[in-house]
Amino acid sequence: MASDKPSSKALNTDPKRPSDHFDAPVTEVTNPRLGLVGYLRFFWRQLTSMRTALFLLLLVAFAAVPGSLVPQQTSDPNGVIQYKADNPGWSKVLDFLGVFNTYSSVWFSAIYILLFISLIGCIIPRTMHHIAALRTPPPKTPARLDRLPGYLRTEDATVDDEDVADGVGAARDLLRGSGYRVRVFDGQSASAERGYLRETGNLLFHIALVGILVAVGFGGGFIWTGQKVIPVGQSFANTLSDYDSISPGRWFSPDSLEPYRLTVTKFVPVYERKNLNAYGEAIDYTAYVRASVPGQKTTNETIKVNSPLRIGDTDVYLLSNGVAPVVTVRNPAGKVVYTQPIPFLPQDANLTSEGVIKVPDGLAKQIGMLGFFYPTECSPSTCAAAPVSVDPSFTNPVLTLQVYTGDLGLNSGKPVNAYSLDTDKLKLLAGFGSKTPGLTLRPGQTVKLPDGLGTIELDKVIRYVGLDIHHDPTQFWVLSFAVLVFLGLVTGLFIPRRRVWIKAVRRGGKVHYEYAGLARGEDPRLDDAVAEIARKHSQLLGLNMKP
Amino acid sequence: MIPVHAAVSQATLVNDSLVAIYSAMFIYALAFIFFTYDLAKRMSEARQLAAAPIAEAVSVKRAGQLQATTAVLERPSGPPPPGFEVAASRPKRSLSARLGMIFTVMAWLLHVGGTVFRGLAAGRVPWANMFEFTLTATAIIIGVFLIIQFWQDLQFLGAYVTGFVLVFLGVATTNFYVDVIPLPPALQSYWLVVHVFVASLGTGFYGLGAGLSVVQLVQARREARGLGAVRAVPTAEKLEALAYRLIVVGFVFWTFTLIAGSIWAEHAWGRYWGWDTKEVWTFIVWVIFAGYIHARATRGWRGSRSATLAIIGFSAVLFNFTIVNLYFHGLHSYSGL
Ligand code: HEM
Repeated sequence: MASDKPSSKALNTDPKRPSDHFDAPVTEVTNPRLGLVGYLRFFWRQLTSMRTALFLLLLVAFAAVPGSLVPQQTSDPNGVIQYKADNPGWSKVLDFLGVFNTYSSVWFSAIYILLFISLIGCIIPRTMHHIAALRTPPPKTPARLDRLPGYLRTEDATVDDEDVADGVGAARDLLRGSGYRVRVFDGQSASAERGYLRETGNLLFHIALVGILVAVGFGGGFIWTGQKVIPVGQSFANTLSDYDSISPGRWFSPDSLEPYRLTVTKFVPVYERKNLNAYGEAIDYTAYVRASVPGQKTTNETIKVNSPLRIGDTDVYLLSNGVAPVVTVRNPAGKVVYTQPIPFLPQDANLTSEGVIKVPDGLAKQIGMLGFFYPTECSPSTCAAAPVSVDPSFTNPVLTLQVYTGDLGLNSGKPVNAYSLDTDKLKLLAGFGSKTPGLTLRPGQTVKLPDGLGTIELDKVIRYVGLDIHHDPTQFWVLSFAVLVFLGLVTGLFIPRRRVWIKAVRRGGKVHYEYAGLARGEDPRLDDAVAEIARKHSQLLGLNMKP
Repeated sequence: MIPVHAAVSQATLVNDSLVAIYSAMFIYALAFIFFTYDLAKRMSEARQLAAAPIAEAVSVKRAGQLQATTAVLERPSGPPPPGFEVAASRPKRSLSARLGMIFTVMAWLLHVGGTVFRGLAAGRVPWANMFEFTLTATAIIIGVFLIIQFWQDLQFLGAYVTGFVLVFLGVATTNFYVDVIPLPPALQSYWLVVHVFVASLGTGFYGLGAGLSVVQLVQARREARGLGAVRAVPTAEKLEALAYRLIVVGFVFWTFTLIAGSIWAEHAWGRYWGWDTKEVWTFIVWVIFAGYIHARATRGWRGSRSATLAIIGFSAVLFNFTIVNLYFHGLHSYSGL
């Protein structure tokens, strides 16, 4: 690798940098050659300059701001609806600009795509240059070292040529031992360079950034996410029809779903009971499930917040939970026309929950009921007249119902939100605002429906879990590239790249050794490093340093 | 049933923690006063020196405090004549600066003690809500500031650092204070320990780097106007190099925070990145500092321009921590308020 003959190849081993890099030699400003090629080259050089990279980086930061001020369709769809209702005029402008979808908008994409084109245009020549530099021995020792950083010298000594050769040989071995790549010139000096890894790290960092972008951009189409609410005791089969909702990626195919089945056997919430400052606050949720994958033994698993279940190419997350009253509706003849658990949506930390019961068939009229469930209803003597829940456990559970009748819209074939009841077109039969009071039920109780329609019984109240089921093949790649980004960053920033020279200088029959270094990039410890090498080398030769 | 002794000892610890923090604040205030006095004195000296001939501006031999390796600070910019570095040394610290340092160390010990008590009271790491995070992050800022003293004299930053920490501790104890309560399920993860702690480390380094950048801007203006440099404050160029070194460390921590946060988000919310407001701002901060690093490598952007970027970057960190936490809503509603 190192040779005594000066290399004919005059490759500079410095990392290649855009021409407006701080360390790049100042070249004369030349006007671009006329003609298409000249303009293209000029344009490309502009695009891949440090200045452009900096500008685009700052532009990305700036462009990311609006999306944090305005709710986003992807992360907060209800917020968007609310925002549009609150600011009807202004939100038209925002909608036009795509601000509700900032991070997939044309303008945001344009900025980061330009940035990455610039990045790639920057990486390619640098990588090629670096590969060549890795195979190039260190450059010639400068004629004079005394103007260079870290300069030190030994005292003059009377030694012969052989000693000088030995001294330079010792210098070479010492530098090699310290991780330098060394080349000896004319037997008089050793030129050494280390820290090629700095540029390698920097390139790795930038390349891995491209990797993340490609993984997200290309793999994104394979991601799909689905939601399913499962009352305790019921099962879910991983088939398209069994999902409550699913958002498929571009390349989603229902056939790719692995046919596993999950049965929720138990759900255990834990509420704080010791700390009075947080009495009744939820501190733990555990869903117990039985998982069966075709061809494998059924296993018992748990799913917790922060601890998803990985099964059949999907990740199953416990993202919500709530209560589901189980009601049975009978017609006047006592025949059961409706019986099932109905998941209610939690409204507060004490699990006050709201839900809708729709009974389209079996009674004289279609009825819809708007229900509130209070797990621990505060007794009217201590609380206000309106019912409230004061604790999330089922200590004093009560279900209240308002009863409506009319066309529930379930037969029109259009999808209907199971959690809402459009009461505008319905007639109120019982509850606040009508002559008949609303229904109040405790578990095990049965009450009559208004207008002699039949009876309703609250069998019991169970819990349900809301699962999010995701398939995301990009995770592995994104994480791997992120690790590379981090490793590249640390090596690129903290490994010093430097040159060090040790040179025998003859003057008037005497010889002394000179030491100096040169930093290539940030290197706060250069002087110390040169001093350390000088100390070792002079000690090895038994010479004193000149003060 | 509430185990009475447990509740009592927790209340005592919470109380001890607050007493320690309030005492620390009092002593930080003293340190701040001394540091400010010292700065003011040096500024007026510099003014006089600028008016008088410079003959006297040679450094005074240090009287054996701390390390001597920081001699580099004093020399003029550009490569020094050979052998010059060894001769230069840093000027003696004034009495007020020394008192400022001593009070800072005392206050810091109380500060760390108070933070540890808070953690003991809660039975977990003391950085799970804004109040606790402020305690920890400010303790880290001071800790880094003190540790750097062994290697680089930063006393001229004392007023900035103690003033900053004092303000934040004040806001934390009056506006962010929350009782010790258990963690909600989403926060129960070892990623809380790692992700948030590294974020506070990053914040500490960024904060000091931004402070140096502020001093750098002041120094650069004085240098440009030919005013005397403030004594014992390095040249703008040295300040820039120092700020860069701190910010780069901060950037590494921030990058780690971003990656660790994504992994945690995947566990807790089912996706590693969702452009949640807090995620957006962490990203913005990261990009601004990447811009800063590039600016330092771009011709025409070194010096005051890159310093301004560092200050903007740290302002974004503060914005992310205060405004975003309190007024923007998203999944990261961990302020506890
Ligand atoms: C996706 C956008 C980019 C990001 C986030 C980014 C980030 C960074 C970071 C953090 C560093 C310091 C890391 C290290 O030294 O290992 C760095 C250095 C560097 N980047 Fe980028 N970069 C981006 C795009 C670019 C582009 C487009 C160019 C080319 C024009 C470029 C050229 C450089 C160069 C030459 C350095 C070395 C600076 C020096 O000499 O100190 N980067 N970049």
